[in-house]
Amino acid sequence: MNLYARRKFINAFNLTASVLTTLFGLFFLAWILWVLFARGFAGLDLSLFTQDMPGPGSEGGGLRNAIVGSLLITLAGILLGAPVGILSGIYLSEYGRGTWLAATVRFVSDILLSAPSIVIGVFVYAIMVAPLGGFSGWAGAVALAIIALPVILRTTEDMMLLVPDTMREAAAALGAPRWKVILSVVLRAARSGVLTGVLLAVARIAGETAPLLFTALNNQFFSLDMSKPMANLPVTIFNFAMGPYDNWHDLAWAGSLLITLVVLGLNVITRAFLRGKKQ
Amino acid sequence: MNDNGDIREEQVADAAGGVEGVPPAAAETGPAPKLDIRNLDFYYGNHQALKDINLKIPEKQVMAFIGPSGCGKSTLLRTFNRIYSLYPNQRAEGEIWLDGQNILSKDVDVNLLRAKVGMVFQKPAPFPMSVFDNIAFGIRLYERLPKADMEERVERALKRAALWDEVKDKLHKSGAALSGGQQQRLCIARAIAVKPEVILLDEPTSALDPISTARIEELVMELSEDYTIVIVTHNMQQAARISDRTAFMYLGEIIEEGETDQIFTAPREEKTQAYITGRFG
Repeated sequence: MNLYARRKFINAFNLTASVLTTLFGLFFLAWILWVLFARGFAGLDLSLFTQDMPGPGSEGGGLRNAIVGSLLITLAGILLGAPVGILSGIYLSEYGRGTWLAATVRFVSDILLSAPSIVIGVFVYAIMVAPLGGFSGWAGAVALAIIALPVILRTTEDMMLLVPDTMREAAAALGAPRWKVILSVVLRAARSGVLTGVLLAVARIAGETAPLLFTALNNQFFSLDMSKPMANLPVTIFNFAMGPYDNWHDLAWAGSLLITLVVLGLNVITRAFLRGKKQ
Repeated sequence: MNDNGDIREEQVADAAGGVEGVPPAAAETGPAPKLDIRNLDFYYGNHQALKDINLKIPEKQVMAFIGPSGCGKSTLLRTFNRIYSLYPNQRAEGEIWLDGQNILSKDVDVNLLRAKVGMVFQKPAPFPMSVFDNIAFGIRLYERLPKADMEERVERALKRAALWDEVKDKLHKSGAALSGGQQQRLCIARAIAVKPEVILLDEPTSALDPISTARIEELVMELSEDYTIVIVTHNMQQAARISDRTAFMYLGEIIEEGETDQIFTAPREEKTQAYITGRFG
């Protein structure tokens, strides 16, 4: 075999191998989606949104209280996590460049990003649930905020760093004070990226189960009181999937599909959003 | 400007013979200079980028800095509005006098200094906002104007920068949607809208096509009626076309400074001669 034929062979082999491994990965993803749709669509009807979760042995029922609970906890989690994350991201990209403090914050944030979410659940249990004497929606929101924090922090920093220094210099050269340069020019240039980070963080925390298991716990009844245990989709799915009743299983499938669709939708929206910005 | 020959001797042994002893024409007496630079040294960390710069920049004229890349011409320009101070490891030592005030002294408010000394950069950097707001941004830093007055100020700045006719129908479109040459004129309009006295131009046409370049050059000459202009350029023809005085820099020092005609037709220094005839640089 001459060198050229050998090179062509290696190329063909590598191409085939990489396509096959990609298909292998995609296969499971498609399988999960297919099963979710096949099993979940059966339970996806109006009563899912209008009725609360059924007790043991009762017929029918829906997930209204869990859906509302999840929305509230996720919203509160993002409202707590996003400001801290965005402000720390701004600190890292603007004020803390090259300082040991910024390097430390970035390092800790990266660890937090890959920390098992159950650890964060246990941590919030120890600092909030145990001392305050009870599970609560607020504790769940705090746990989700801690998970959202490093995602938002890192995206904000990356997006602000993408803004060229010439833009900062141009604003400073007009005599704009530093805070004004950052808020009116740099953050403005990076805002779609920062918003994307927040949306991705919402997608990330919407399906978290472990941190809620130790904090918000669950609630069979409809409640808007964040200081009490609160129903939420992930924990409900976990409980119902393990339960003995068929209608529980159907609701677990429907809830899983619902979360997947929301996360999928958020990702599609952020991608479309970023693409629209680039053009 | 004194005994700069021996510092460079090692680096440029072949040209060293002709540079000693002849002081440049900076000492000519005339009206008081707008900017008076005395014994200026500049450092990037431990690296000294400017060595003992002495230069007087006359009012309402165009002063051009020429020289090969890395000679320190942009660095020198960036000391006049202290924009270098955004970066903690950069520092300047010496004196720069502007209207009787040493702008390098610690008690100078850099933001007020920058209102007086505007700057336009190599790469046009329109802010991520509309054409109108790009201009109004600078004005709003210093004045609170009623809407009609603000509109008039923006219009005047755009007219002064010869951009009004092209953008008057897209004032509320993004500044980034303009062409490169228009963006650069937008940046000039933005700079003059805050009513500076000095305008610094750092290779303002190096990213532009010849037609846009010609328009900017025309504009610079027009603006020199009202403003003191300092322009850094790597393009010698440009310096010859638009400047009243030219300073030739090499390795962090001013080799020669004088009337532009004199620098290009009868340079006193051998190194200037070598550079403007294209023998190095």
